[in-house]
Amino acid sequence: MTNRELKAKIAFTAIRASALIVVAVACLLILHIVVNGYKIVSWSFILDSPRRGMTAGGIFPAIYGTVCLIVLTLAFALPIGLASAIYFSEYFGSKWSSLVIITRAASNILAGVPSIVYGLLGLGLFVLLTGFGFSLLSSSLTLSFLTLPVIIAASEEALHSVPLAYREAALALGATRWQTVRHAVLPYAIPGMITASILALSRAAGETAPILLTGAAYFLPRLPTSIFDQFMALPFHIFTLSTQSVNPAITRPIQYGTVLVLISLVLGMNLVAIMIRAYYRKRVRALL
Amino acid sequence: MNRRHKHSRAIERIIEGSLVVCSLASILILAVIFIFLFYEGVPAFRDISPHEFFLGTVWQVQAVEPAYGILPLLSGSTLVTTGAMVIAVPLSLLCSVYMAEVARPALREITKPFIELLAGIPSVVYGFVALTVLADITYELTGAVHRLNALNGALILAVMVSPTIISISEDAIGSVPREYREAAYALGADRWQTTSKVVFPAALSGIMVSIMLGLGRAIGETMAVLMATGNAPLLTFDILSSVQTMTAVIAIEMGEVTFGSTHFHALFAVGLVLLLITSVVNVTAEIVLQRFRSVRY
Repeated sequence: MTNRELKAKIAFTAIRASALIVVAVACLLILHIVVNGYKIVSWSFILDSPRRGMTAGGIFPAIYGTVCLIVLTLAFALPIGLASAIYFSEYFGSKWSSLVIITRAASNILAGVPSIVYGLLGLGLFVLLTGFGFSLLSSSLTLSFLTLPVIIAASEEALHSVPLAYREAALALGATRWQTVRHAVLPYAIPGMITASILALSRAAGETAPILLTGAAYFLPRLPTSIFDQFMALPFHIFTLSTQSVNPAITRPIQYGTVLVLISLVLGMNLVAIMIRAYYRKRVRALL
Repeated sequence: MNRRHKHSRAIERIIEGSLVVCSLASILILAVIFIFLFYEGVPAFRDISPHEFFLGTVWQVQAVEPAYGILPLLSGSTLVTTGAMVIAVPLSLLCSVYMAEVARPALREITKPFIELLAGIPSVVYGFVALTVLADITYELTGAVHRLNALNGALILAVMVSPTIISISEDAIGSVPREYREAAYALGADRWQTTSKVVFPAALSGIMVSIMLGLGRAIGETMAVLMATGNAPLLTFDILSSVQTMTAVIAIEMGEVTFGSTHFHALFAVGLVLLLITSVVNVTAEIVLQRFRSVRY
């Protein structure tokens, strides 16, 4: 074997090994959580409230809180995110094109702002300045700020993947810009945009740092009834049980169960998003 | 007809106008973030001299004479982030070469979901695993004094930033034109020479972007490092020591702080420093990306 062949052999072995390591880490992680978590997860674990100072019972309030957060975040972020993406992608080149470049850059920088900084913003702006207090409202507004750049970037990509010819055909038929967007572009871009939004929301569902500063509670005796109430949430529940409680070892099974539920929720949302994308891709292909 | 035409033009205007307003949201949010962190962070310097804050070697807020020196937090963030990048960059780049150049399509399709899986797991779950499992392993293997230490944080952080680096590098390598490879093969280069001397350099700017975005993510990561590193604000460069990062100090101490106090503002000042660092990293990445795009297309 020549020197050159040996070098190549070592290099390709390292390349294959590193891919294997990444896959192995992912497998081990999920396996570990499933093996330790599945024993405790049952209907009563999901539908029950915590009992005996959180050492027994279920996690229903945390699931409920996280679902509320997702729904509210969706309501705040989706309209603005989709509108931004449509503007960036479809109106580029009209009068405010330099504005588009700046806003797009701003959106990219936003995507890199650490989540704890969003938490600080939420604390300063929503909890203290506007007086929403520690509440579902403050937290979901903070999370919608955080998901907005993700929704924008991914929706823009979905819009870009619609062939230019569709727009040209619509414009040639005398459609206005909005009519073009509405009838020639959106029908094909919507699945991609939905996928993007679900992925962004799944990220929001797992965020801990922002809600830690804006309204998540360690334990609440009853469910939140208004958007101005504090709430329990799955990621925060994991954090507090494993670090803040007096004896984390006692509640270890509950912690694993909560982790499993959170992961199932987040990855389940991802799966739904991927399935929607696959389904519509097939349908659009059939149309072409 | 004419009237209808006018009518639809008005609607067009309204729609375009509202889209413009919505698209301003990102600029507004970015502006609000900076304004707020300055607004709440700068008052810290009424009670703490900038000299003490930026050059102080002790962060000790519970003491009778509290000290607000950011250096231990900076060293904590630097140590954990550097450790994570040292592990993640080679691993991720090799893996991205595998995905883009080496793997057969079928294997690639099998590998990709695992990387997406790693990207989708919430950071608190990584923190939990680092706290309960990984800590025992690193503790046993290294004989560290503290069970939770910077190495533990660096390891878990490496796993967390890898998907970012892998997927962006993979795109960069994949977008290198086929002609480059064919030209190299035609000149008699073997597969490894083509990959390392032609494809990799051609994709280098995209790869740099992926590393910078990974770095930005690593510096800003909160929950995982908070749970993994032991939260002791020590000014040290010993990877086996407990440390506290800038992100962790905010998350931990903001819960027990009196609003409006010096401590409260000091935490915002730490957040401001963090924001400035990550923004510089991300803006640099953005500039490289723009240049890369304008060169290629």
